[in-house]
Amino acid sequence: MGDHHHGPAKGLSRWLYTTNHKDIGTMYLWFSFAMFLLGGAFAMIIRAELFQPGMQLVEPGFFNQMTTLHGLIMVFGAIMPSFVGLANWLIPMMIGAPDMALPRMNNWSFWILPPAFLMLASTLLMEGGAPAFGWTFYAPLSTTYAPPSVTFFIFAIHILGVSSIMGSINIIATVMNMRAPGMSYMKMPLFVWTWLITAFLLVAVMPVLAGAVTMMLMDIHFGTSFFSAAGGGDPVLFQHIFWFFGHPEVYIIILPAFGVISQIIPAFSRKPLFGYASMVYATAAIAFLSFIVWAHHMYTVGMPLAGELFFMYATMLIAVPTGVKVFNWVTTMWRGAMTFETPMLFSIGFLVLFTIGGFTGLMLSIAPADFQYHDTYFVVAHFHYVMVAGAVFSMTAAIYFWLPKWTGRMYNETMGKVHFWVSFIGFNITFFPQHFVGLAGMPRRIPDYALQFADFNMMSSIGAFIYGASQLLFLYNVIAAITSGKRVTDEKIWDGAEGLEWTLPSPPPYHTFEVPPTIEEQPAH
Amino acid sequence: MLNARALAAAALTPLAANAQNQINMPTGVSDAGVVITELGAEIYGLHMLIFWISVAIGVGVFGIMLYSIYAHRKSRGVKPSQFHEHTGVEIAWTVIPFFILVAMAVPATSTLLEVYDNDDAELSILVTGYQWKWKYEYLDADGENISFFSNLATSQEQIYNTDVKGENYLLEVDQPLVIPVDTKVRFLITASDVIHSWWVPEIAVKRDAIPGFINEAWTRVLAEGVYRGQCTELCGSYHGFMPVEVHVVSQDEFDDWTASKRGAAVADATLATQELSVDDLMARGADIYNASCLACHGAKGEGGLGNAIAGSAIAMGGVDSHLNVIVNGVAGTAMQAFGAQLSDVDVAAVTTYQRNAFGNNTGDVVQASDVVSYKEG
Repeated sequence: MGDHHHGPAKGLSRWLYTTNHKDIGTMYLWFSFAMFLLGGAFAMIIRAELFQPGMQLVEPGFFNQMTTLHGLIMVFGAIMPSFVGLANWLIPMMIGAPDMALPRMNNWSFWILPPAFLMLASTLLMEGGAPAFGWTFYAPLSTTYAPPSVTFFIFAIHILGVSSIMGSINIIATVMNMRAPGMSYMKMPLFVWTWLITAFLLVAVMPVLAGAVTMMLMDIHFGTSFFSAAGGGDPVLFQHIFWFFGHPEVYIIILPAFGVISQIIPAFSRKPLFGYASMVYATAAIAFLSFIVWAHHMYTVGMPLAGELFFMYATMLIAVPTGVKVFNWVTTMWRGAMTFETPMLFSIGFLVLFTIGGFTGLMLSIAPADFQYHDTYFVVAHFHYVMVAGAVFSMTAAIYFWLPKWTGRMYNETMGKVHFWVSFIGFNITFFPQHFVGLAGMPRRIPDYALQFADFNMMSSIGAFIYGASQLLFLYNVIAAITSGKRVTDEKIWDGAEGLEWTLPSPPPYHTFEVPPTIEEQPAH
Repeated sequence: MLNARALAAAALTPLAANAQNQINMPTGVSDAGVVITELGAEIYGLHMLIFWISVAIGVGVFGIMLYSIYAHRKSRGVKPSQFHEHTGVEIAWTVIPFFILVAMAVPATSTLLEVYDNDDAELSILVTGYQWKWKYEYLDADGENISFFSNLATSQEQIYNTDVKGENYLLEVDQPLVIPVDTKVRFLITASDVIHSWWVPEIAVKRDAIPGFINEAWTRVLAEGVYRGQCTELCGSYHGFMPVEVHVVSQDEFDDWTASKRGAAVADATLATQELSVDDLMARGADIYNASCLACHGAKGEGGLGNAIAGSAIAMGGVDSHLNVIVNGVAGTAMQAFGAQLSDVDVAAVTTYQRNAFGNNTGDVVQASDVVSYKEG
C-alpha cells in the first residue's frame, strides 16, 4: 500500500475519535461480547436459583430484576450491536465502498451505547432496585407499580433507540449510494440485502418504542393516564404499541443472521447459494409480514374474535417465506462438496435448531392452542431456539468465518469445533426440557416452581452452566487468534468463499477500496 | 440478597417425592379416561396435529440435510454441482406449505370459535387478580354474592427450605374456587392493580386479568376433581406465588358448599357484634397476617417489600392511624385497602396481632366493633 495511506491514530484517541468502519465495527463487536457475558451472568443467576425448588440464592424481587436485565441486555446490548458491528466491518468491504456513508455519525452511534448500558446496569444499585417488570415492561407494572429506577431505564431505551436509528440510516445510505459500479441490487451479497431490509425495519419501529417509553414517562411523572384505566387510559394499548415495535424487532435480530448463514453455507458447500432471488423476496416478505402480526403475542388479552383470527392467519403465513429460506439452504448443501470447519458447524447448528424454533413458532401461532402455551416455558424454549441457536449461533459462525480475514490470523480449529459441540449440546440440554415443563404448566418468570418441574429444571440449569462455560472457550480462542494465531496471507482464506471482501489482503489495510473495484460478470453471492 | 441460611437448609432438607415428570400438554382427559373438558381435549388434539405435521416436515428436511452431509462431503471426493436456481421448485415449496397451513387453519378456527362462545352460562364468577392473590365472587341474581380471597397456602418454611415440601407445593390455596360439575361456568376476569393471568391447564382456560377491563372465559368441566394452575402474567415480586385451585364437585356438594359459605358470612357478621378474647383475636390475626401481610412485611414483621411492622411507629402508635393504613391502604404504594378485602372481625384480629406480635407488645386489643366505629368515622 502506498505512503499516502494514513494508518490509525495512536492510543485511546484512535478509538474515541475514529470514523473508520473497521475500528467502529471492532468496538461494536467487543462491546456486544462484553454485554453478552454480563447478560449471561444474569442468566446463570436465574438458572442457579431455579436449580432446585424453593428459594435458595436470591429473593423473588431480585430474581425479577435478573430476568428483566437479562432480556434487555441480551436483546439491546448483545445481539443488536453485534450485528451492527458485523455490518460496519463487512458492508463496505462487500459492496466495494471505502467506508460507511456517514462516518462521524457512525462514531457517535457507537459511543452513546456504553453510557446507556452503564446507566441501565447502575439501576441495580439504586434504591428500590433495577427494573423488575420483564423486558417487555407491561404497564401498569412498569408505570404505577415500578421502582424509581424506571426513569433511568426509559432514558437508556431512548439512547439505544437513537443509536439504532443512526446506525440504520448509515447502513441505508451506504448501501444505496456507495456500491461499486456494476454492483446492482440483485448482485449484492445476501448479508447486505438482509441488513438493508433490517435497517428499514429499525427506522420504522424504533420511534414507536421511543413513543411507548415516552408515554410511560408521562404517566409516571406528568400525571397522564395513557396506560392507566383509572384515568381513562388502556393498559392493553401499551402492549399493542410495544409489540408493534417488538415483533419487527425479532426479525431485526434474525434477518442479519439469515444473511450470515447465506454467506457461509455456500462457502463450505463450494456451490452458489440456491435461489438467490427467492431469498431476497422471502426476506422482504418476512419484513412486510412482521408489521401485521404483532398481536399474536397478545392472544390472551381478550381481543375480539375477528382480531384474533386475523392475527392467527397472518402469523401462520410467516411460515411460508421462512420455509423457503430453509429449503434454499438445504438445497444449497445438496450435491455440494462440503467441509465442516467451525463456521459451517455453527451454520448447520443454526439451520437445525432455528428450524425447530420455527416449528414451535408455528405451534404458537395457532391461537386456541396458544391459550395453553402463552407465557409458559414453552415460549421461553421457543424464543431461545430462535434467539440463541438462531442469532447467537450465526453471530458465532460469522466471527469464526471472518476473523481470519479481519486479523490475518487463524483461530484454533480444534478448539473451535469443541466450542461448537459443547455449545450445541449445552444449549439443547438447557432449552429442550423447557418445552416439556412449559407444556406441563410451568409459567415463565417465576423464581420457584412446583415439584413436578424439578427434574427438568435441574437439567436445564446444568445445560446452562455448560453453555455458559463454553463461551469462555470462545473468548479465549478469539484472543489467542488475535494475539498469536497462525498467520494467514491468502486473500481467499476459505476456498469456497465468494465476495469482494475475499479479494482484499488478510488482514485488510486500514483503508480499503479507495478506488472502487471492478465487478465481474459473476455475481458476488 | 444472598440467603446463606436458606441455602444451607436447602442442602439438608430432602425434597418430597417428585410427581411424575409430565412432558406434554394436559390431554383434557382424566387418568380414569373421563373427558375433563371437551374444549381441553380438542385443544390437545389440535396441538398434537400441528406437532405431528411439524415432525413430518422436520423429518423430511433434516433427513435430506443429513443425507447430504453424509454423501456430499468433500472428503468423499465429490465434485460440487453448480446449479443454483429453479423457478418450479421455488413455486412448489411456496405453494405446498401454503395449503398445509390452510389445512391447519380450518380446525384452529373452529376451536377458536368455541373458545369465544361465552353464551348461555349457568353460573357466573367474577375473578379479580390482586398482588398476589385471587378474589372470587359468585354473582347471584338475588344479590347474595359469595365472595372470598384465595391465598397461597404453602408455608414460608417450605419455600425457604426449612420444612419438607408438600405434594402440592406452590399449587395449594387456603380457599379454593368451587364449581359444580357439568355446568357451563362463565368467568369474568379482571384485576385491581397490575395485569395478572388466570390459568388452569387441565381445563384449558387462560385469560389475562387486566385492571379496568373485564375479560370473559368459560368452562364446562365434566370430571369431578381438583385442578391446579398459576398466574401466568408477570405481576411483581410474588408472581410465582399466586396459584389457582379449582374444586369441581357434584351439584349437591356445591349447594352444600354455597350454603356453608353463606352461613360463614353470617357467622362473621355475628362475630363482629361480639367481644372476642385476646387469644382468639391473636390466633385469627396470625392466620390473616400469614395469608395477607407476610409476603410484603416479612414473617417476623421485619419488612421487605413493605415497611417493617416490628417496632414501627404505625403499629405501636395510635389505633386509629393504624386502622387507617389497614382499612384504606396507602395511596401510591403497594399497600392495598384491606377494608374492602377483609371482614371487620378479620381487620380487628390482624390489627390486634400486629400490635402485640413481633415484640410490639402494646397490649392493645382491637375489637370488630372498634373497626365498625372507625369505618363510620
